[in-house]
Amino acid sequence: MADFHYDRDADGVAVISWDVPGRRMNIMSWDCLLELSEHFDRAIADERVKGIVLTSSKADFAGGMDLDVLANMRARGGGDAARRVFDGVMEFHRIFRKIELAGRDPKTGAGGKPVVAALPGTGVGIGYEIPISCHRIIAADNPKAVIGLPEIKVGLFPGAGGTTRLVRRLGVPNAAPLLLKGSTPGPDKALALGTIDEVVPAGDLMERAREWVLSAGPEDITKPWDRKGFRIPGGGAYDRKGYMNFVGASAMLSGETSGVYPAANALMSAIYEGVQVPFDTALTIEARWFSKVLLNPSSTNMIRTLFLDRKQLEKGARRSPEVPRRDMRKIGVVGAGMMGSGIALSAARAGLDVILLDRDIDTASRGRESAAAILRKDAARGKLTADKQAGILERIVAADTFESLNGTELVIEAVFEDPAVKRDVIHKIGQSVGPDCVIATNTSTLPVTGLAEAVRDAERFLGMHFFSPVHRMMLVEIIRGKRSGDAAVALALDFTSRIRKTPILVNDARFFYTNRCIIPYLNEGIRMVGEGVAPALIENSARHAGMPVGPLQLIDETSIDLALSIAKATRAALGDAYQDDDVDAVLATLAKAGRYGRKAKAGFYTYDKGGRRLGLWSGLNESWPGQSPPPQLVRDRLLYVQALEAVRAFEAGVLTDLREGDVGAVLGWGFAPWSGGPFSWLDIVTAERAVTECGTLEDRFGPRFKVPETLLRMAAAGTGFRDQ
Amino acid sequence: MSEAFIYDAVRSPRGRGNAKGALNSVTAVDLSAQMVDALQERSCVDSHHIEDLIWGNVTQVGEQGGCLARATVLLSSLPDSVPGLSVNRFCASGLEAVNLAAADICAGATAALAGGVEMMSRVSIGSDGAAVAVDPRLAIGCAFVPQGISADLIATEFGFSRQDCDAYAVESQRRAALAWEEERFGRSVIPVRDINGLEILSHDEHMRPDTDMAGLAELNSSFTDIGTGTPGFDRVATLKYPHLERIDHVHHAGNSSGIVDGAAAVLVGSREFGGKSGLRPRARIRSFAKIGSEPTIMLTGPMPAAERALSRAGMNVGDIDLFEVNEAFAAVPLRFMQALNVDHDRLNVNGGAIAFGHPLGATGAMLLSTALDELERSGKSTALITLCVGGGMGVATIIERV
Repeated sequence: MADFHYDRDADGVAVISWDVPGRRMNIMSWDCLLELSEHFDRAIADERVKGIVLTSSKADFAGGMDLDVLANMRARGGGDAARRVFDGVMEFHRIFRKIELAGRDPKTGAGGKPVVAALPGTGVGIGYEIPISCHRIIAADNPKAVIGLPEIKVGLFPGAGGTTRLVRRLGVPNAAPLLLKGSTPGPDKALALGTIDEVVPAGDLMERAREWVLSAGPEDITKPWDRKGFRIPGGGAYDRKGYMNFVGASAMLSGETSGVYPAANALMSAIYEGVQVPFDTALTIEARWFSKVLLNPSSTNMIRTLFLDRKQLEKGARRSPEVPRRDMRKIGVVGAGMMGSGIALSAARAGLDVILLDRDIDTASRGRESAAAILRKDAARGKLTADKQAGILERIVAADTFESLNGTELVIEAVFEDPAVKRDVIHKIGQSVGPDCVIATNTSTLPVTGLAEAVRDAERFLGMHFFSPVHRMMLVEIIRGKRSGDAAVALALDFTSRIRKTPILVNDARFFYTNRCIIPYLNEGIRMVGEGVAPALIENSARHAGMPVGPLQLIDETSIDLALSIAKATRAALGDAYQDDDVDAVLATLAKAGRYGRKAKAGFYTYDKGGRRLGLWSGLNESWPGQSPPPQLVRDRLLYVQALEAVRAFEAGVLTDLREGDVGAVLGWGFAPWSGGPFSWLDIVTAERAVTECGTLEDRFGPRFKVPETLLRMAAAGTGFRDQ
Repeated sequence: MSEAFIYDAVRSPRGRGNAKGALNSVTAVDLSAQMVDALQERSCVDSHHIEDLIWGNVTQVGEQGGCLARATVLLSSLPDSVPGLSVNRFCASGLEAVNLAAADICAGATAALAGGVEMMSRVSIGSDGAAVAVDPRLAIGCAFVPQGISADLIATEFGFSRQDCDAYAVESQRRAALAWEEERFGRSVIPVRDINGLEILSHDEHMRPDTDMAGLAELNSSFTDIGTGTPGFDRVATLKYPHLERIDHVHHAGNSSGIVDGAAAVLVGSREFGGKSGLRPRARIRSFAKIGSEPTIMLTGPMPAAERALSRAGMNVGDIDLFEVNEAFAAVPLRFMQALNVDHDRLNVNGGAIAFGHPLGATGAMLLSTALDELERSGKSTALITLCVGGGMGVATIIERV
């Protein structure tokens, strides 16, 4: 217990200081909330207290709500989930409203004590919703601090008054973008946006806070929305100006998200309905929508995948505890192309020294230069200081001899995707590095166990599948070859977390996990083109199902010839079992027309000279004319074909942990993030319905929709993958 | 059940719907009362037979709010014993008012006045707000787009080019000009007067008879920016129409209905009412109907509404001599002709709202009187009047001369 320290000084300033034991960052739990409430009761009741400072004894104020609590809220609710969740949320409102009024009589305006939030560092989520309930927010000029409401990023929206208060503080046009993007700016930016009131040197924080509460008058402790005649800045829903804002906001949200994110829609409703009523009614409305979101499986799944599972994987959930952690200082990257330079940059940003090696120093330097270009872009956008930029770049050293890899703890090979070239490079790396150095191949398709033959000691060899562009993609798929050792795996997992990416660990098999699932998605799109389905229907349906990019656009990006060469290799490996002739026929037609994808400025789409996508190629309709299946059928085919493959990967033991199955899918290839990933999606659909629907799809479209055993069993037992 | 008959119909000329428009100085209730009084004066009805004033009006705020129908009764020569009902079925309100009056007659009433008004120069369109556009549950849930996007969606879906729409608009202007030239509207159009009896406006003010293809070609499409730019309504529309890669933005000010002021009134009564009042009915209301349709494409309601009305009357498309389909946007009548296989020489023969303008709450009643005049002039028998309606609805009425 005792998550807070309470202290009253001689001037009558009560300091309530948040300090959750055993944690680096304060985090809000249910007990914590009740304790906070008691401290405020005490300070408000104590006549000797003139004002209250709410702060933290840690470097930061608070990191938000304990999402485990929220994730479990629905389950704990049992039969009357809606009631319990709603009552729970209203309790937050009651307590924060008490802080906001601080003993003032809302009718007469009499009484009340000044309450200031003094933020030494980061305050996000509920760590900002409490401060915005106080009368003033003063932040230290801590360069590491971020302040705001990022809830939307994990499938929620601010539901402890943050939505209602921010909208009334800033107005809809200014507040809505922050809420919808989940922006968490630093203190200076927050001050400029108006989300906080004051930034002071870190050393003056508490003094300034005391000074303010002791000098604050009755006007200072009355929130704008508690004053007579308050009007929401920027207009309400049916003001001349406000009306058009709302028309535009809903349209933009539908357009950008296809309306598939329940939390974003609920946020918009809470804002729209909230601005039309008095403050306390608005809080009740916010609580209703927040409860609705908590009760929605999409939100529960998003929290689980994007926050809980992901954090666990980043913290080494799959790492063998037997292997001691190694201090990592220097790595090598061989191949200074787009992937290699991206990996080098990520490592350098995490403070590692990087040897970036290629066949000659010019090529290696060009790789270093493309990393520098990305840094310059970040610096131009104000994300990076010039000092830091120089420091990061200094850590990347261009090299052209394998000897320079000496002294590295990890070398990642990222040369051209050709087995012979890779073997040669891997062999040379093995001969040049020390015995403890782990060697990884960055490959998206080549079997790792085969490449392992190029090193004498295959225990230290494994695959690391990075995604393009490396500096933006958050996932690394680590492939354990048949002979990869635990130590190598542990180091690869640690390295991935170190460069702030999320690792999943899979076993070696054709296309591993991610490509195994995404190839069927691409193929299904191509196959539909061959069937004569309107290409726009394919692309739009994919996006409306929540996929970030349609299959045809994705194929164009990765190129038709790559697809054909993968198809050729797959056909060779599978022989008679090969099922994708119809796909290849479409690809061959495009190839014959010289339409190799974006790089050729012609593919499924047409492009202008600069490579800007103009529209779908009209030749598609001419070669494969007219069919218009219901959009739902197109969406079903595109999602099931991926999800069933994920289940097969799990059955085949390629994937061994469902958390990785969901996290890898969402971060790796953008599988409908609203669903939480393919396994979570199948749970939303329910195994029973999936079996029925896939049965129909199998009859109409072939054995790729054959229901895997696991799903059949779940349908019979009424269970799910993640929802037990 | 008794049958409903149309005994007479009048309308005001349409004034341009801005501050420079001739009717900008006239209040909504004044213009409404002038039409009611004109009809009364012309038919010399014992006003005690009038059992209701049913008045179409869309933007029911300010001077058009607070049950404008009752206010109209009080300002007009009608006795206090006549109640008033303001109705809003968006663009079809004026026709819906006539249909409601007819229903009242069928249920036993003797006579009712119906019609509508919209003073668009005085009460801005949309100023009454609309949950469907701003409440996220509706706007997101139903994929709301503004009507112009819907009209462009119809053009894209059913293959009407900018050329098609512009050619339609030029023809509408030509027909409208000819109709005025030949004084085909003389019987129905009542000049609007000021409080001293001085004439304010006697002709439709919005027409541009010199419209040609070259002139229209110079106009920029009106909905490209909100469709493809901010906030991007085209993406919203493709949520419902995913087979479309893009929407062709073909509509502009020259091939869409104009914003105007105007009012119209229709006297509806039972057969017995004619006997009591010594009036001969001009037409019988054969049937009427209303439907709801898909709200994103929104303006395709006239077809199912017409089909329902035809079916109720036991008629086929071939039994109708004249069609009046409101020209909200050129694609609406174009789609109607395409879907029901109707020739343009049977449809909107004296022009339509592209030339005259579209005073929202009044147009339905205006189209009815226009159709009736033309039946009489050309010696034809049956007409079907229909309008597309915001939110995805349609209203239709079939009349037959007696």
